[in-house]
Amino acid sequence: MTLNVQDIRRDFPILNRKVNGKPLIYFDNAATSQTPQQVIDVIVDYYSNYNANIHRGVHSLSQEATDAYEQARLKIQTHFNAKHSHEIIFTAGTTHGINLVANGFSSLLKKGDEVLVSALEHHSNIVPWQMLCERTGATLKVIPMNQNGELILSEFDSLLNENTKLVFVNHISNALGTINPIEYIIEKAHSAGAAVLVDGAQSCPHLKPDVQQLDVDFYVCSAHKICGPTGVGMLYGKEEWLKKLPPYQGGGEMIAEVSFEKTTYANLPHKFEAGTPNVCGGIAFGAALDYMNTIGFDNIAKYENTLLDYATEQLLQVDGLKIYGTAKEKTSVISFNVANIHPYDIGTILDKMGIAVRTGHHCAQPIMDFYQIPGTIRASFMFYNTKEEIDTFITALKKAVMMLS
Amino acid sequence: MTIEEIQNDIIDEFSMFEDWEERYQYMIDLGKTLPLIDEKFKTEDHIIKGCQSKVWVHADMEDDKVNFTADSDAIITKGIIAILIRVFSNQHPKAILDANTDFIDEIGLKEHLSPTRANGLVSMIKQLKMYAIAYQTQLN
Repeated sequence: MTLNVQDIRRDFPILNRKVNGKPLIYFDNAATSQTPQQVIDVIVDYYSNYNANIHRGVHSLSQEATDAYEQARLKIQTHFNAKHSHEIIFTAGTTHGINLVANGFSSLLKKGDEVLVSALEHHSNIVPWQMLCERTGATLKVIPMNQNGELILSEFDSLLNENTKLVFVNHISNALGTINPIEYIIEKAHSAGAAVLVDGAQSCPHLKPDVQQLDVDFYVCSAHKICGPTGVGMLYGKEEWLKKLPPYQGGGEMIAEVSFEKTTYANLPHKFEAGTPNVCGGIAFGAALDYMNTIGFDNIAKYENTLLDYATEQLLQVDGLKIYGTAKEKTSVISFNVANIHPYDIGTILDKMGIAVRTGHHCAQPIMDFYQIPGTIRASFMFYNTKEEIDTFITALKKAVMMLS
Repeated sequence: MTIEEIQNDIIDEFSMFEDWEERYQYMIDLGKTLPLIDEKFKTEDHIIKGCQSKVWVHADMEDDKVNFTADSDAIITKGIIAILIRVFSNQHPKAILDANTDFIDEIGLKEHLSPTRANGLVSMIKQLKMYAIAYQTQLN
């Protein structure tokens, strides 16, 4: 099966709207993806027909909502090929998942321990570890990258030692699109006795990670980048690790028995799911994965690669344009600047022409410091974008450059 | 000229433009005329927070009138601040404090007035008024 982009575009009502009088061209997918009608329908159906608080309810609505929510957990388990469904923890998103693990590790780390983090990280994957290290006295070390935006693996090898307890790396860099060699990193980290958390926020829209095959200890992502709603995501953790980590937040749902003397905690996954969860979000997350799987990740990857190649080729023909992040292995994210024009200026003019891109440091200031630039313009594509949109974007970009030069 | 008169002039100038392109081209040109801040004031203290681009503003007072200089690394931002400085420079601190900024809406830049907008127009206005408060206090 190949991907028919015109059919697919009909699934996304938002792609029909106009912005500033021009048809919307949405190239800010790495920030959030758009939502297909199939997922919108699931959200509407939930609130129209079976909205209820889940677990413990004796009435039918609560049972239906609980079933749908747990069904979504199974879909996520299947999608990521986790061994057990209780290894899938619903979170509010990637950042929440990272903080949950960082908080858990604060009881496991001590002074002298080392935490490795890659130079390609999003702030959400730097700050929690800095906080963790401040709390525990552990040291944070950085795996450096080269000019292409690729991690220098020989440096990673030499940073690993018997004190390394944790390695944190994103599967794909949000600022540059680099696909990191996480298989290598996981294997090396394990042989040094360290656990690995992979931030999959940017990878899950483009590929289908198999957590058992990767042998990764923790994997996190957000639904809103995979055609699902905001405010929901998942943390995969190996059972043995999730049992070791203490609960993150106290509240309802996460307890077994409560008295004023002592509380015993619920089993996995509920131990980490305090309070009423985002029930509708969880169910819609499952529906979004169904949608993506129907299209097929192989088809998605193949199509998005053609968009990436085409856009790269076209962009490089713009005078003075420089692309940041030229890793051999990358996804459909292009970060660039044109001559000395500030990214904010170009982003503002493109918006006037209906084109949504991201400008700024992309929550990855260390990367911008590395290249000594204030930020970039980032165009990121999904399987519902087209070559024609890229053509319009290039024409608009040239016009913006002309106005601003 | 009073602040209001200057604002009316600007509204007149912008009313000649037919579309966003002409408006933005004009702002870009205005950015090039911005009274530039002395390099020595381009310090952390002079940066306005809340802008995606860097904006530095400095003020001094002569004969009871406040004068502003500024710079930014983004040209559209420079244009926006050039408009603000044209309105507020060479004015008595009290007049700056009393002035409203409704003209921004009228020249079709309302979209930049949202406090959540990354260009920080709201922060810029606040900063100019902060300088005016400081100088007004000196005069009292």
